[in-house]
Amino acid sequence: MSGAVKDVLKVAMPKGRIYKQALKLFREAGIPIPGDFDDTRKLIIEQPEANMEFIMAKPVDVPTYVEYGVADIGIVGKDVLMEEDKDVYELLDLQIAKCRMSVIGLPDWKPTIHPRVATKYPNVASAYFRERGQQVEVIKLNGSIELAPLIGLADRIVDMVETGQTLRENGLVEMESIFGITSRLIANRVSYRMKNDSIQSLCDRLQETIAAKV
Amino acid sequence: MSKPKMFEKPIGVKDYLPEAVRKLRQIERDVLACMRGWGYEQIITPTLEYYDTVGVQSSTSDQKLYKLLNNRGTTLVLRSDMTAPIARVVSSLLKEAEFPLRLSYHSNVFRSIEEEAGRDTEFYQTGVEFVGDSSADADAEVVALAIASLKAAGVERFKIAIGHVGFLNGLLGEALPGRTEEQEQLKACLLGRDYVGYRDELRKLSLDEPVRRELEGILRLRGGSEICDQALKLNLDAIARESIGHLCQIWDALKAYGVCEHVLIDLTMIGDFSYYTGMTFEAYAADLGFPVASGGRYDNLLAQFGRPAAATGFALKTTRILELLGAGTEEEEDRTLIVYDSEGRGEALAEAQRLRGEGVMVVTERAEELTAELKEAEGRANRAFAYKGARYSALRSYIGGNSKGGGRG
Repeated sequence: MSGAVKDVLKVAMPKGRIYKQALKLFREAGIPIPGDFDDTRKLIIEQPEANMEFIMAKPVDVPTYVEYGVADIGIVGKDVLMEEDKDVYELLDLQIAKCRMSVIGLPDWKPTIHPRVATKYPNVASAYFRERGQQVEVIKLNGSIELAPLIGLADRIVDMVETGQTLRENGLVEMESIFGITSRLIANRVSYRMKNDSIQSLCDRLQETIAAKV
Repeated sequence: MSKPKMFEKPIGVKDYLPEAVRKLRQIERDVLACMRGWGYEQIITPTLEYYDTVGVQSSTSDQKLYKLLNNRGTTLVLRSDMTAPIARVVSSLLKEAEFPLRLSYHSNVFRSIEEEAGRDTEFYQTGVEFVGDSSADADAEVVALAIASLKAAGVERFKIAIGHVGFLNGLLGEALPGRTEEQEQLKACLLGRDYVGYRDELRKLSLDEPVRRELEGILRLRGGSEICDQALKLNLDAIARESIGHLCQIWDALKAYGVCEHVLIDLTMIGDFSYYTGMTFEAYAADLGFPVASGGRYDNLLAQFGRPAAATGFALKTTRILELLGAGTEEEEDRTLIVYDSEGRGEALAEAQRLRGEGVMVVTERAEELTAELKEAEGRANRAFAYKGARYSALRSYIGGNSKGGGRG
């Protein structure tokens, strides 16, 4: 397994918010990632010094790339993992991009006969309300979820809350918190075995770095 | 759902065109020949089984079974694996056959609502069942045969991870005595490959620090035989100890087979199948995101069919291996084209039969004259040519009262 030329590790990276924090963490862990690619439009970025290749993906697609093995490992928020339910290894909590999944509504919310919940996370929302014994109609939206209760499309929403700024500005309140979210390091089932040495050593370095911060 | 368009077929089933079939058959033939070399004889069981027998006993969850009703209203299933049907045969038709029994198969199996990626509704498995031997050597034989089979199929870079169901049960039982709910919770995390969740659960359990660290440490128990030594240092009950001992013996036997380079021990592996009772393993090939084989020991299944016996086995996911290797075959088969007119027909067809007897693929075609295309092919020294979309290695003509051409034959 060791020795010989080590295969390049293909890493599915989520474009946007998490990417910058992940890069910072990688560098803190001493993984040589020179340059600044924050603004690049390249979809595949080679990292020869780290023996890696970054695949720049839409965050919600990261688990899919990893499940199919076109990326060996990936970085993705727990919110996406919960929603997508893919068969991948969840190796490490990177403790970055912290936020939470919450139920949100107007301050004067009262139970309705036909409750409707708007969300980008229909699976998460359905599972949560089912567990609590509530049958709700889940409406899938792709953005500006906060609009839904304001214009009467839904009486509540399920969405990610980071600072709560958007909610406050729109007169909404966080009613219940469903689960905490951080970014995770995930691995493909086969890669985790076939490239175990490099994945495990990356995992260890990251884990040490994270532990040192806490 | 809207009415299907005429070209559509149900999701999860596939057509295989000649090139792919040729490769699939080649894999199947080479793997079965390999298995035969180890004394495993092939059997065929029906596609349909009763739900109450094979359906219930199979490891496939109920909602993934294809169920249908026969004309009497009895529920049938399309077989979802071959292990349960073979257990049925071993306990009925082969009831008097002496143990151990070594059986192989190549079959299509069916599973519905496979939401996990890369899974088909109908796919092919080539595998073996080794019934009536509970020894570590029997387990090692099956693992070594899986390795030989992967090689025979043409898979070059692969790894096999071996674990043992008894290890984790014993370890958790010792660390969390009587707390079955917590134990199940931890096992569910490992089964879901959720290591973050596993660590979180451990933290929530307010265990003594050494115990917590020990349980967290098993996430790293992966490697060669040294893993067994490390595991034996943990607090284990008798069953877990025995499991590790069994794994050590399997490792030793695999060393004797000379295949340890392909094998790693992974004590966090939990077989996805509920019927596994001992050693379990999975095979991974480079460049394919999904396991290519899985297997393990299932000592309780045969008792369900009335003939208690130890058993171990594995299945290669033949269709995935096909995907990995690609459809192209190593060499094109020799194919001869014979063209004839009414006068030359008798001679031409007799020659075709003669060549077919020698194993040559022969296509015959009636033509009143040689087309320009064929004339050119006939004239060329290198006789490989294309004609009407097919490749040929030789041409013979029985047109105009004289036979021409030849090539090999």
